[in-house]
Amino acid sequence: MSAHEDTSKETGSGPVSVPEGGELYGLLAEFDTPGELITAARKVKDAGYTEFDSFSPFPVHGIDTAMGIKRTILPLVIFGGGFCGAMGGLALQWYCNVYSWGWNISGKPTWSIPANIPIAYECGILLAVLTSFFGMWAANKLPQVWHPFFRLERFGRTTDDGFFIGIQASDEKFDQTATKRLLEDAGAIAIDDCHLDPDPARKTMPKWITAFIVASTAFALIPFAIAAKARTSKSSEPHIHIFSDMDFQPKYKSDTAMDLFPDDRANRGEIEGTIARGWLEDDDLFYRGLVPGENGMQWTTGFPTTYPDGEKFVVDEKLLARGQNRFNIYCTPCHGYDGHGQGMVPTRVADSGGNWQARNLIDPVFGIPMIPNGQLFNTISNGFNTMLGYAAQIPQADRWAIVSYVRALQRAQNATIDDVPADQRSSIR
Amino acid sequence: MSTAEAAAPAHEPGKAREAFRAVTRDVAWVAEAPKPHKLWLVALAISMCAFAIGIYSIYKVVWTGIGVWGNSQTVAWAWDITNFVWWIGIGHAGTLISAVLYLTRQTWRVSINRSAEAMTIFAVMAAGLFPLLHTGRPWFAWWMIPLPNDMGSIWPQFRSPLMWDVFAVSTYLTTSVLFWYMGMVPDLATFRDRCVARGKNVRAIIYGVLCLGWRGSARHWHRYERAYLILAGLATPLVFSVHSVVSFDFATSQNPGWHTTIFPPYFVAGAIYSGFAMVLTLLLPLRYLFNLQHIIKQTHIHAMCRVMMGMGMCVAFSYLTEFFIAWYSGNPFESFVFLNRCFGPFWWVWWLMMFWGNVCIPQFFWSKWIRNHNVIIWILCIFVNIGMWGERFAIIGVSLSRSFLPSNWSYYTPTRYDVGVFVGTIGMFLMLFLLFFRFAPVIAISEVKGASPEAHAGGPSIGGHH
Repeated sequence: MSAHEDTSKETGSGPVSVPEGGELYGLLAEFDTPGELITAARKVKDAGYTEFDSFSPFPVHGIDTAMGIKRTILPLVIFGGGFCGAMGGLALQWYCNVYSWGWNISGKPTWSIPANIPIAYECGILLAVLTSFFGMWAANKLPQVWHPFFRLERFGRTTDDGFFIGIQASDEKFDQTATKRLLEDAGAIAIDDCHLDPDPARKTMPKWITAFIVASTAFALIPFAIAAKARTSKSSEPHIHIFSDMDFQPKYKSDTAMDLFPDDRANRGEIEGTIARGWLEDDDLFYRGLVPGENGMQWTTGFPTTYPDGEKFVVDEKLLARGQNRFNIYCTPCHGYDGHGQGMVPTRVADSGGNWQARNLIDPVFGIPMIPNGQLFNTISNGFNTMLGYAAQIPQADRWAIVSYVRALQRAQNATIDDVPADQRSSIR
Repeated sequence: MSTAEAAAPAHEPGKAREAFRAVTRDVAWVAEAPKPHKLWLVALAISMCAFAIGIYSIYKVVWTGIGVWGNSQTVAWAWDITNFVWWIGIGHAGTLISAVLYLTRQTWRVSINRSAEAMTIFAVMAAGLFPLLHTGRPWFAWWMIPLPNDMGSIWPQFRSPLMWDVFAVSTYLTTSVLFWYMGMVPDLATFRDRCVARGKNVRAIIYGVLCLGWRGSARHWHRYERAYLILAGLATPLVFSVHSVVSFDFATSQNPGWHTTIFPPYFVAGAIYSGFAMVLTLLLPLRYLFNLQHIIKQTHIHAMCRVMMGMGMCVAFSYLTEFFIAWYSGNPFESFVFLNRCFGPFWWVWWLMMFWGNVCIPQFFWSKWIRNHNVIIWILCIFVNIGMWGERFAIIGVSLSRSFLPSNWSYYTPTRYDVGVFVGTIGMFLMLFLLFFRFAPVIAISEVKGASPEAHAGGPSIGGHH
């Protein structure tokens, strides 16, 4: 196979060395042009030969019909591969994300095909590509690194500039002289006999290659065997962590023991006087309804002047409307819409034979109109007697709005004729 | 040196074969020259230095964590994903040349398809590195494969575009490698036979194994051509799907500047545009270094320039559409993002990279004079490469730096490790390409022969002249 040739010797015809050998494998004829190759191939086919082939450095168009090569079924096989790939891709996604573990993504259906199309599509293409690549080589019975024609030095030019027809001696019609004449008539510029190697040992694969393949296959299986063993057996040893990642970190978790501190706890409590960001609430007037007075802090009788964000606090219709809205939500169940303490809760208590009164906010007899605004605010915030504090439900600004609305209710219902403008008194009477 | 295009009259014996021999010799010379060109060695040394910088940067990124990058909570996808999209896009030209131009019977592709395919593979390799490193713990990359595991029913989330990416990019790499290798087999057989003839037995055995014992049989060629045609037919929808899927990573999210249906065609057009620029960037100097001017002809360069011009205008049109939709949608966030792209802190990315590189540069290729001057073409192509990188960054980084809430706004500055990894992938890409140019058949020898006028010599129609 390793014939030595000067690279400059690139002519097609002329005598070249042909190795003598054993049994005749076939004849190899060279032609000058692709066109002549086609003509000759047609003549060989028409003469009734079947075990022949032509060889060229590139696919010669028209040679398929001249040689009578049947169309390959490869496209059908590839379609099958692609179809299986696409369906397999779809099935994989269905198994993983629907059957084995249904994923709830934003409440969408577990099985919504459009989002599964891209992967099915790529799987289809991948399988079709693998089928065409490996299918083509399998159909061509390649790789086959050795072939009898490789013994002919001239055949080395089939990948360069040589156009050949090779007829095998095993063909029924083969006859060394007649076949040679047929090829000569077809326009061959050179014809070689191709003999197999006389040494029978060289007809089979060397034993060491076989041994190497068997041994390397066996070795390759060892890791899989170890993995299979590990999956079915038990061990008291921890896992081997090649990358420990964050599994083991030099840190203490909450509620564990630690001897560094006197209390032996890993947890550290808040430092005395810690206040979370945004929770300082140092505006006594706004947050607690207190103003400095003669005997320390006392309840304000007015309203805050500013909100914490700096906006001016104005008692206007908007504030009253907000107060009414909040009052109607939070206060009416007990105190009633008019504030007389006749809400749904005391009514039902009475209906079921009990006796529980909510405070009347309006009648001066019960004192509420006389208490300062700050105390009213504090009562809403922290509760009084059976009333619980509403600090958790109602923000401070809304509590002040409720205070303003309660004041409006009291004013409206405790009004005298002197409160009505003089020019409208006649319309009321 | 005789040329492949010297068409021989059919009746002159030996003339056609002489032309085929010339093609073989001129291509094989690239790999057989006893000493490589000095400039090739210099280029290889530079690219290996760049690759070394990349390896060091990757070591720092993997060992310390991706905190060494400039990525932040706001600009979470930054240089790394920009580079990923940029590299993938570059790869697309290779598939386009080898598959789409094959299906449309553009015979001029035969001179460049092999090297363009090699470019695809190296570009996809460089691209794949970035999402892998971005995971922070690349040794867990296998979690993206749906493997049965002892943690119960833990599977990948297949409806995530990031999983689509995994499937699309790995299918793309597999297909590109197989397509490239399959096309190379007959030429590897040529190399084998030349090594046998020159008595280089070790090389002959290596090439002989790699070419799977190819012997140019017509029965083999028949199936080979069918399979090649089908692979081209499969690679074509694949190449369009890959960059579409990459664009889904952005388009399916809510972020202003990302949430748009134009992305798939817009990304594919940009990919082809940048890929052709990269093919020219690589081939213009190498074609000169290795005396391949008569195989990679000036007309082929013309054709590539025209493709770039057309694709560049598709890209420009996409920009226009984006701006129009940003205004027409009446969405204040969307219009703000586009104003910010032009006049915000990253204004220079838009004007110097996107507008200059992708809107202005293609217009130069209207001129035939420019298409004939390879140095100018090469410089323009560098601008295109930079411009397309800028486009990817403008979409990814600049959009993220100004999302819905002003509290999220921030500026992005890369660190030396961002730059280092990127420089490293450029080095790896160039190094692999230079090595490929020295050791593999850089031009599809059998396809050039098949596309030459001599392929019909001696035929019944007495061809040879077109």
